[in-house]
Amino acid sequence: MSAPHRIAVVGSGPAGFYAAEALLRSGVPVSVDLFERLPAPFGLVRFGVAPDHPKLKQVTAVFDRIAGLPGFRFVGGIEVGADVSIPELSVCYHAVILANGASLDRRMGIPGEDLAGSHQAGAFIGWYNGHPDAAGLSFDLSAERAVVIGHGNVALDVARILLKTPDELRHTDIAAHALDALAESRIREVQIVGRGGVARARFSPKELGEFGALADCATGLDPDDLPDGIPEPPIDAGAEARANAAILRGFAEAQGGTGKRRRCLIRFGLEPVRLAGEGRVDSLHLRRPGSDATLALTCGLVVASIGRRTAPVAGIPYDERAGVHANLGGRIQADGVPVPGLYACGWSKRGPHGTIGTNRACGVETAAAVLADLAGLPAPIGNADALVASLAKRIGQTIDYAAWRRIEAAETARGRASGKPREKFVTRAEMLAVAAAAA
Amino acid sequence: MAYVVTDACHGCRYTECVTVCPVECFHLDEQMTYIDPENCIDCGGCAPICPVGAIHPSWQMPAGKGEWVEINRLRAAETPVIAAKIAPLPGADAQAGRLAS
Ligand SMILES: Cc1cc2nc3c(=O)[nH]c(=O)nc-3n(C[C@H](O)[C@H](O)[C@H](O)COP(=O)(O)OP(=O)(O)OC[C@H]3O[C@@H](n4cnc5c(N)ncnc54)[C@H](O)[C@@H]3O)c2cc1C
Ligand code: SF4
Ligand code: SF4
Repeated sequence: MSAPHRIAVVGSGPAGFYAAEALLRSGVPVSVDLFERLPAPFGLVRFGVAPDHPKLKQVTAVFDRIAGLPGFRFVGGIEVGADVSIPELSVCYHAVILANGASLDRRMGIPGEDLAGSHQAGAFIGWYNGHPDAAGLSFDLSAERAVVIGHGNVALDVARILLKTPDELRHTDIAAHALDALAESRIREVQIVGRGGVARARFSPKELGEFGALADCATGLDPDDLPDGIPEPPIDAGAEARANAAILRGFAEAQGGTGKRRRCLIRFGLEPVRLAGEGRVDSLHLRRPGSDATLALTCGLVVASIGRRTAPVAGIPYDERAGVHANLGGRIQADGVPVPGLYACGWSKRGPHGTIGTNRACGVETAAAVLADLAGLPAPIGNADALVASLAKRIGQTIDYAAWRRIEAAETARGRASGKPREKFVTRAEMLAVAAAAA
Repeated sequence: MAYVVTDACHGCRYTECVTVCPVECFHLDEQMTYIDPENCIDCGGCAPICPVGAIHPSWQMPAGKGEWVEINRLRAAETPVIAAKIAPLPGADAQAGRLAS
């Protein structure tokens, strides 16, 4: 049998795993090295999906199975673009697939956005999920009101975590530092503000419905936003928009008199104009699109959740408008021409849309493109095993899948003591120490 | 709790749903697909993808469709997993047209 084709996949979120699976199950002899900048795999399944949605995290059992396929290797703790370059990879692999997600928040571009107390959703989500890049951040939760800007599921996650009681979060895998800070929170109201109307909100009905079942928070609407009630979304807005409208009508009717101590208001037709405050934000100014009148909301915390884009990687053409690597169906394109041997997958190919499983269909498509091109790709002249060994030497240890499983076992053991599914290590140093000590 | 395929799927089998399931919990027989409730993680990804709206969460079944919760459980245990899209049954387009109207 001929020597296997070697593929490097960059990023171990769902897209990276599903692309690896499609390649390794194709029947074509390939081996896959999955590069990940952190010592921990799973991308936004670990660091994005909310801690109070534990059932979704069970998808990691599928990733564990993929990691067990012959030909699979996890190369953790290595950042492509910093520790190793794309050309260095291309020399050692037939093909390189970028699955590095969409780690940059889109900015609102309004005055006051950089005041203390104004944050991007990515930072807040990383903080409560124990992402090493966000573990050192702190959020001022001392004011009565917080505002979340954006009408997607990420905005709902941010608001829900701010509004749940410590008891609702205690037995999740929320980072300990976040649980402690949230337990001291004085926030009594969160407003979720968006520019569009009900039909344009990108909430999924399941996530929206959870706001009707919070232990100590009543959810409602502001009658000023929709003076004529909630319109029935047009047929072409889809079944989800109609389901959302029905849920929101329920919130509007149930409003008030619930005896709950916290409140959530879902607001429509309001566009942020500026944030104001001396040194730190104390109000957010909003406008109804098409009108000059502004409205000021007193608040001490603003979290913007208006979209994400892919971090460009040196040497990879970038599509500024879509915020992804320039590609057609997963093949990287420079000026409309495919670049041989370079591919993209997941959020860095399609943008930040869809559910975890959307990345499976996406990974299958990219893997199919790689497999179709494989015969025409030149054999690598470099040695991938030597490269991986030299990278391990550079960071002082090997973070393979067995090393990750040791980190995971230690997290699970720590969590058991406090009744949590796991207590995440929130620094690279702790993870590396555990991986090395138990080796 | 899990998502549940109902008889609206009968005779369609576009299997669009199957491609977006993160945990490969769809099963298939000659007529339709079924979701294995033991494996489904309630991600909700499949429901809006289905062109005929055949998939519903078990906690929100449409009137008269409640029996499909149990049928999915039973049939998923007896039928093979389907992990990739298959060719639709002949007549699937007519079925989709009829249900959409
Ligand atoms: C807050 C939030 C909540 C979500 N909740 C849900 C939900 O409830 N249900 C659902 O179905 N979906 C949810 N999603 C969506 C889901 O997480 C995404 O669809 C999915 O994670 C995208 O997969 P990906 O592999 O493209 O990117 P990611 O998951 O972001 O993975 C990218 C990986 O690449 C690594 N990486 C980045 N740059 C480099 C580099 N230079 N070198 C090496 N590695 C690198 C990152 O560390 C990361 O591990 C949520 C997303 C967010 C942001
Ligand atoms: S997409 Fe819908 S109709 Fe088609 S197989 Fe799946 S559940 Fe059945
Ligand atoms: S809800 Fe998600 S996990 Fe369950 S069957 Fe549908 S796609 Fe699969």
